[in-house]
Amino acid sequence: MLEILLDATVRAGTPILFATLGAIINERAGIINLGIEGLMLIGAVAGFAATHASGSLLIGVIAAFVLAFLAGSIHALITVQLRGNQIVSGLALTMFGIGMTALFGKEMVGLTITGFERIAIPGLSLLPVIGKPFFNQDLLIYFSFVLVALIWLFFYRTRWGLAVRTLGENPAAADTCGVPVNLYRFLAVTIGSGIVGIGGAYLSLASTPMWIENMSGGRGWIAVALVIFAGWSSPRAMLGAYLFGGITAMQLRFQAMGTTISAHILQMLPYAFTILVLVISTMRLAKGASQQPESLGQPYDREDRK
Amino acid sequence: MPDFLQIEHIRKTFPGVIALDDVSFSVTGGEIHTLLGENGAGKSTLMNVLTGLYHPDRGEIRIDGQKVGFTSPRDSLSCGIGMVHQHFMLVPAHSVFENILLALDNVPNLFNRKEYRARIKQLIDQFGLDLDLDSPVWKLSIGAQQWIELIKLLMRDCRLLILDEPTAVLTPQEADRLFSVLQQLKQQGKSIIFISHKMREVMQISDRVTILKKGHSIATLERGSFDENRLASLMIGTDQIPEWQKNLQMSEEIVLEIQGLSVRNDRGLSDLDSFDLKLKKGEILGIAGVAGNGQKALAEVLTGLKSASQGRIMAKDKDITHSDAKKAYIAGIAHIPEDRKSIGIAPDMSVDENLIMKSFRNGAFSHWIFQDKKAIRRNAAEKIDQFAIKTGPDGSPVRYLSGGNIQKVIIARELSEKPAVLVALYPTRGLDIGSAEYVHKVIADGADRGMSTILIAEDLDELLKLSDRIAVMFRGQLVGYVDPRNTTREEIGLMMSGEKQGVAG
Repeated sequence: MLEILLDATVRAGTPILFATLGAIINERAGIINLGIEGLMLIGAVAGFAATHASGSLLIGVIAAFVLAFLAGSIHALITVQLRGNQIVSGLALTMFGIGMTALFGKEMVGLTITGFERIAIPGLSLLPVIGKPFFNQDLLIYFSFVLVALIWLFFYRTRWGLAVRTLGENPAAADTCGVPVNLYRFLAVTIGSGIVGIGGAYLSLASTPMWIENMSGGRGWIAVALVIFAGWSSPRAMLGAYLFGGITAMQLRFQAMGTTISAHILQMLPYAFTILVLVISTMRLAKGASQQPESLGQPYDREDRK
Repeated sequence: MPDFLQIEHIRKTFPGVIALDDVSFSVTGGEIHTLLGENGAGKSTLMNVLTGLYHPDRGEIRIDGQKVGFTSPRDSLSCGIGMVHQHFMLVPAHSVFENILLALDNVPNLFNRKEYRARIKQLIDQFGLDLDLDSPVWKLSIGAQQWIELIKLLMRDCRLLILDEPTAVLTPQEADRLFSVLQQLKQQGKSIIFISHKMREVMQISDRVTILKKGHSIATLERGSFDENRLASLMIGTDQIPEWQKNLQMSEEIVLEIQGLSVRNDRGLSDLDSFDLKLKKGEILGIAGVAGNGQKALAEVLTGLKSASQGRIMAKDKDITHSDAKKAYIAGIAHIPEDRKSIGIAPDMSVDENLIMKSFRNGAFSHWIFQDKKAIRRNAAEKIDQFAIKTGPDGSPVRYLSGGNIQKVIIARELSEKPAVLVALYPTRGLDIGSAEYVHKVIADGADRGMSTILIAEDLDELLKLSDRIAVMFRGQLVGYVDPRNTTREEIGLMMSGEKQGVAG
């Protein structure tokens, strides 16, 4: 029972995990990206279309990354190069994503592909309790584990990562140290967006191997909230994503068991949880234990006179 | 052989302002070259051009005779030019190690932590500094943060170091230590551009001095051919300096007393820690201390911007810390804030409107619920005349005024209600000498009328000149009082670093 619940937890949490990781990379560089929801949809539709056309899941994942990368570059152009308003640009990106994917996805509704299949890792998958949920999964899930570790190593063990973190804290300091501020910010936004796209592709290539209009169902917004919960750290993003996944898995389980509680209320639970998480983590922020990058949301203009 | 650095005919404009207009000077290897000028003369702008932060409209920079065009700080760094900015370029949340590491050249992206830690540690030890590499920068004193900035440049082997008013945040002793390090670096053949407006220091360490005035470089003088008077007259020119006389105040009546006051900051640390202070009627009480030792919290708690976690504030033997009387009393305290543009004025409103901000409820400026524009205008004309404020066209936003005139607007407003107590936080910071003298005159005149002033300043000369008594603060506590007519800069310096106690009471 616990194994099954944990398994569903990981599968429900993974798309949000990818999206949260991508958002963390954006925000660490000081750029707020509220286009996550739109980027997930773009990733989902691109991944599905490419896989359907080529028959290759790998090409699907790559297509999801590339298309979300390109869509993210619109946000990067507006917020980094043109120093536009990050909130407005991000919201526009989400609207754009919802509209475009509905338009181009129309012909794909009802088509099917063979999605990612489970591959058991020898040895590890035999562990009690955690073996099956974590080590008898599909390749994208294993990739998400690797990504969590890589992003942590990138931020805390490489000079690039240090430079990106400095961009979020004090871009002027990075600039005077010779860091190309705009280039690095641009790359952080686009690569982060690409990773969000993979989260979208997980929905259409693994969770349910098909395209459904607006299939991200608000997960992008949950990712935006989880970034704060995670304190901009990738391991904690994993915890947050699985917490959300766990509640989703449980409410599905309740529904399957046929409780008398209305399905609508159960479906609401993960989102109510998100609000709760935001309240708690914001209270912690207000107490001064803030992990938030200090220059988050502020455009950088070298010649700005203060 | 050409000079190491030549700057020729640099011009830089910002929308509506000519910051630099035809500036030329040169720096040779192994010299300490001082840039002297009043605030607003263009020193910092010029240095930002030199470090590639600003792009000049005209003029050229040559290094070893070769023309260079800097498009970013990266370019100037690769030419060996580094700068300690007045507002430090540090990340408070990152560790000392991370801040220094980012500044290093040629660090591989996957670096060897141990190796780089050892190299940085070596340099820190070489200067006998006590810096914990893993401590986040925000926990360090401002003086220590400045050392980190200097180490960043030295690790990069910069040939030219620019220091923008480095001594503003140091005790006299720390400043002396900095100067001896600068002399060492000079002996190693490094060039240093030193920016200051403290004459004493300029005389002490400069090989040459270039004077900037209103965006022009007006003279470069060799050591031996300048003295304080000559530099001052070149720097100020023919501007009028108001004259004032200071009278000794003798009253022993205590108007305000602070007992064991503690104030916590956003990080939960104590900005003020069992702080005591007594303010006498009609006196100017100077507060000396290195920036960041609780001065700001003191001003904020006295003006009601922060509340105390412990201790008492007594106004004439009445405890007003938590009573309703506090609000009324504090409303009567005039406040010249530290950051005049962000909390001293409403920048986009006019001079007239800014001048009545403290008394807008006063019936004199209203008809029923509407503003009485005529009365407001009359009040402004009076104040502008009385305080010699140079304003633009009527009704233009106050932010277009110069720093000195903005300060006069604030002072005119704050003193209009004849306060009993004035809390002035760095009231002359960033002002030219004429405006600064004007501020001093207003404070001294106020004292003659019986107004008590708490004057928080960083320039010891200013404090020594103006104060009746000086209280020294260190780490949020009162170290003691000194008599400005009977003390030395050294004594105050030792008290500012907590090494010496003064007299109590």
